[in-house]
Amino acid sequence: MTNRSSRPWYLAPYYIWILLFVIAPIALVVYFSFLDLAGDFTLENYANFFSSTYFRMTLSSFWYAFLITFISVLIAYPTAYWLTKTKHKQLWLLLIIIPSWINLLLKAYAFIGIFGLYGPANQLIQFFGAGPLQILFTDFSFVFVAVYIFIPFMVLPIFNSLDKINPALIDASRDLGASQWTTFRRVIFPLAINGVKSGVQAVFIPALSLFVITRLIAGNKVITLGTAIEQQFLVTQNWGMGSTIAVFLILFMIIIMLLTGPKEKGGALNGKAK
Amino acid sequence: MAKLSKPAKIYLAIVFFILYAPIFYLIFYSFNSGGTMSGFENFTLEHYAAVFNDTRLLIIVLNTVIVALLSALISTAIGVLGAIGIIFLRNRKMRNAVLSLNTVLIVSPDVIIGASFLILFTMVGVKLGFASVLVSHIAFSIPIVVIMVLPKLQEMSSSLIDAATDLGASQRDILTRVIIPYIKPGIFAGFFLALTYSLDDFAVTFFVTGNGFATLSVEIYSMARAGITLTINALSALIFVVTLGLVLGYYFFNQRSAANAGTGGPRP
Repeated sequence: MTNRSSRPWYLAPYYIWILLFVIAPIALVVYFSFLDLAGDFTLENYANFFSSTYFRMTLSSFWYAFLITFISVLIAYPTAYWLTKTKHKQLWLLLIIIPSWINLLLKAYAFIGIFGLYGPANQLIQFFGAGPLQILFTDFSFVFVAVYIFIPFMVLPIFNSLDKINPALIDASRDLGASQWTTFRRVIFPLAINGVKSGVQAVFIPALSLFVITRLIAGNKVITLGTAIEQQFLVTQNWGMGSTIAVFLILFMIIIMLLTGPKEKGGALNGKAK
Repeated sequence: MAKLSKPAKIYLAIVFFILYAPIFYLIFYSFNSGGTMSGFENFTLEHYAAVFNDTRLLIIVLNTVIVALLSALISTAIGVLGAIGIIFLRNRKMRNAVLSLNTVLIVSPDVIIGASFLILFTMVGVKLGFASVLVSHIAFSIPIVVIMVLPKLQEMSSSLIDAATDLGASQRDILTRVIIPYIKPGIFAGFFLALTYSLDDFAVTFFVTGNGFATLSVEIYSMARAGITLTINALSALIFVVTLGLVLGYYFFNQRSAANAGTGGPRP
């Protein structure tokens, strides 16, 4: 190759972008996390974060994210598994994915109607003889809607890794006398564990930072880290505290990504959920 | 391979039902002459008429489309050039560093992107509104374009460029007549994804939009917080049709050029 030490002009915009919109924003968030309301240097925000109020909020945010991720895996795994056995599997997969392209707000809005006092969910409950229940603005509705939104993000990576398994391995396992359950437990599941990992990665972090659903569906009953950041920035106008929570959210994100290992190829775009 | 058992079919049917029921529920009630999402009275198109008669709403739709198209175009241009730059980075460490920086905005939660951009714009002194929204959308779309274009560049043999150089092509010719035609499918995929990311975004826009400017997502959010209006239903039915058209169009476009692609899978 010829030496291309001379940097062409056309690279400039991209590097400017990295500087201005990747490095600078993170630096600013870290910087602001050390500022109090008056703009003076302080460590108070960090002290506050470890106070009981914020600590409890962080724990509950993690608990909900865990619950949402866990239920998503439970529902998505069989879905992905059986989808790989359908005849037109790519088409069925596309049908699973299409709902994820619908704007999140519209889906949340649909559930405001469905879970409403006179909505279909309550009509079903009344059909079975119980009185109308308050479903909207509970943690149940929050978890339900969140799982609904994240299901496609979980199905896709699991489907991809299940689909990649060489069927000869499964035949071999059968020939060697393994039962269907043993084959699943000892062959299929370990081979597809990377798909589950990328799915967890694609769901857990967004679940920690959700704030649209908490506002619209959980009605402030549930406060996630994302809701807290939004609140500090746009309602309380305490950017320092908001930045501190953001710093911790970034730290949690890095830890989770390290725990769930490198992403599968092609799964790189899964993380874009609100 | 064994055929699907009956429980498996029922399970899949339930999953598909739950995935689609809310969407069709929304669309169904957009034709309800009663004002609520329960108890269907009569068929009507009045809510659609309301959408098309609401000038404010139409301006917001126009804003959203303009922001999406402009941000997709600009981010595609910057992203493609960035990806070519990354490929030509000879220093391995440097290249990995740039790639990691590239993924930061993809994996960051929207709240953090929104909040940090809000700080950035305020510090620099950019007035919140159209400009800040457009710039943010460009910023979070660039890494997606890079990710979509890189695999195409990686599979391109470097002898193509050597051949062009030997034949006397200038740097500029190599870029416009060799590289760009070769990676075209990746560029289209990137552009399309950037477009949908922009159309779909709520959280980032919510942070960096001022009082005077709104995109459709932000408007729907404030309408939904106020309660149920069937105008939103009519709007969502229209959005659903447009989204479906875009996704299917992209899918078939992709299928057609899938012979050598393999990456540009749909975004969940």
